[in-house]
Amino acid sequence: MELLYNIFIDPFVQMYSLPDFFLQVLWEGFVAGTLYSLIALGFVLIFKASGVFNFAQGIMVVFSALTLVGLYALGVPAYLAVVLTLVVMYGLAFSVEKLVLRHLVNQPDIILFMSTIGLTYFLIGFGELLFGGEPKAMITEELGLPTGDTVFDVLGGIVVIQHIDVAAAIIAFILIAGLAIFFNKTRVGRALRAVADDHQAALSVGISLNQIWVIVWFTAGIVALATGIMWAAKSDVSFALEVVALKALPVLVLGGFTSIPGAIIGGLIIGFGEKLFELYWGAPLLGGGTDSWFAFIIALIFLLYKPEGLFGEKLIERI
Amino acid sequence: MNAHDTHLHSRTDDGIAPGETLLHVDNISLSFGGVKAITDVSFDILKGEVRAIIGPNGAGKTSMLNVINGFYHPQEGTITFRGEERRRMRPYQAASSGISRTFQNVALFHGMTTLDNIMAGRTLKMNKNFFWQMWRYGPALDEEIQHREVVEEIIDFLEIEAIRKEPVGTLPYGLQKRVELGRALAAEPDLLLLDEPMAGMNLEEKEDMSRFIIDVNQQYGTTIALIEHDMGVVMDLADRVMVLDYGKKIGDGLPHEVQSNQDVIDAYLGVAH
Repeated sequence: MELLYNIFIDPFVQMYSLPDFFLQVLWEGFVAGTLYSLIALGFVLIFKASGVFNFAQGIMVVFSALTLVGLYALGVPAYLAVVLTLVVMYGLAFSVEKLVLRHLVNQPDIILFMSTIGLTYFLIGFGELLFGGEPKAMITEELGLPTGDTVFDVLGGIVVIQHIDVAAAIIAFILIAGLAIFFNKTRVGRALRAVADDHQAALSVGISLNQIWVIVWFTAGIVALATGIMWAAKSDVSFALEVVALKALPVLVLGGFTSIPGAIIGGLIIGFGEKLFELYWGAPLLGGGTDSWFAFIIALIFLLYKPEGLFGEKLIERI
Repeated sequence: MNAHDTHLHSRTDDGIAPGETLLHVDNISLSFGGVKAITDVSFDILKGEVRAIIGPNGAGKTSMLNVINGFYHPQEGTITFRGEERRRMRPYQAASSGISRTFQNVALFHGMTTLDNIMAGRTLKMNKNFFWQMWRYGPALDEEIQHREVVEEIIDFLEIEAIRKEPVGTLPYGLQKRVELGRALAAEPDLLLLDEPMAGMNLEEKEDMSRFIIDVNQQYGTTIALIEHDMGVVMDLADRVMVLDYGKKIGDGLPHEVQSNQDVIDAYLGVAH
């Protein structure tokens, strides 16, 4: 009886009696959600344009953040370091196309997927060789990102809002909105989707696979850098971030692998769900630590009832 | 409708008059490992004609189209299109120099709508740079609107107005073939390659498709090379017919000549080689 009370009644009583804490939890959920959306966005981009789940997206986040911090450590001014990092990410996109994808045209998707796993391990090794394995601090202030916090007095209590979180949310929304328009309304966007659907047909209308792949991997690189800066500003730059990137999986299952708005809604649902569950149910009833697996439970439930996700393309198969 | 009052037309500035050679392939041989798909085949396509390629299954017809459009690279021989001789064609070159095609098993972008599929066919006609594209503003937006007009004209021509916004994956097979033709037309090709445009269609759909092919040929002056198994259709549509069997050319000429050619009859009836 007490268990039922703790599950169904007590959490809501607490939300009501401590509204400022509830607001704080919602804000934390929102922030986590936007960051998940950003990571998921990188995956969606490459999935839309090549039908491939890019296992290397996580390591691209780490690699771009490490490059940025590494360049700064060499004495390059912060903003110039960002530009140079983008050049490096372009180089990466160019090489991936030249050395890997170009040779795999018309191969089954699973082959391309395997190649991204290979790429992941290459980048881990290469990154450690260049930058070493120890965690580094993100150059948040040097980049002009706000670091302080503001305390609001609301509902008879306080809510603390970190400025960096606000910046992260704004940047995430700008990126997502821009990419959504780009994908749905322009020639290049259409070409990207065409390539994902059918390589041969895309070639026959004069779409250059090579060019499209470079564009899309570079775009994913830009998103990776934005993600890397924001995540690392909250912890630090280390190879552990790569694991965080796998949190994008449940987001993708929820939002659909091909939808940019799906990535954002999915990210927010996971962010809110995870924080609320952890603080109101997980910590009191299960001893905490639920946020490492709760998202995957939501994803599993979705897979059972709505496998294409909330906004994914419905699989149409004529027999 | 007259070709002069439409946006859509074949290139006219290529200096090739109707009846002159648009494409010729010389001594093409193509093999995959030990399997010879095409052996020493030469033939030409004249501007403005409907050229059929026929032959039993596995004769190398689709391989020949793939060579022309650059998907396959022959080990020997050359391809001359609009006076330019090449050892091998690349798909991008083929598309940008005016060769469009359809596929035997419809190859559409199934997640996209009819409209987007046909718009994708205009990829090479749209060239405002990436920067404008990113913002979909200014020149890029004007361009998008201008191309949309041409696409609407094609939709009108193929009588597929009703399915404009449908994802093509949901459409019946006959309509998918029509959308695929629309996508190929959107590039305003000089040479249109059709790989079994009527495969799997019922009589009514075949009649519709035949009518569209004739209209494309006559209204827009587009040169057409087609592979087809329905001999009735081939005899009606084609100006000249080439016959392949086991990768070799066994006949070439006017439809009635080919029809009475003993080698061709043997190939179709299966005389021991």
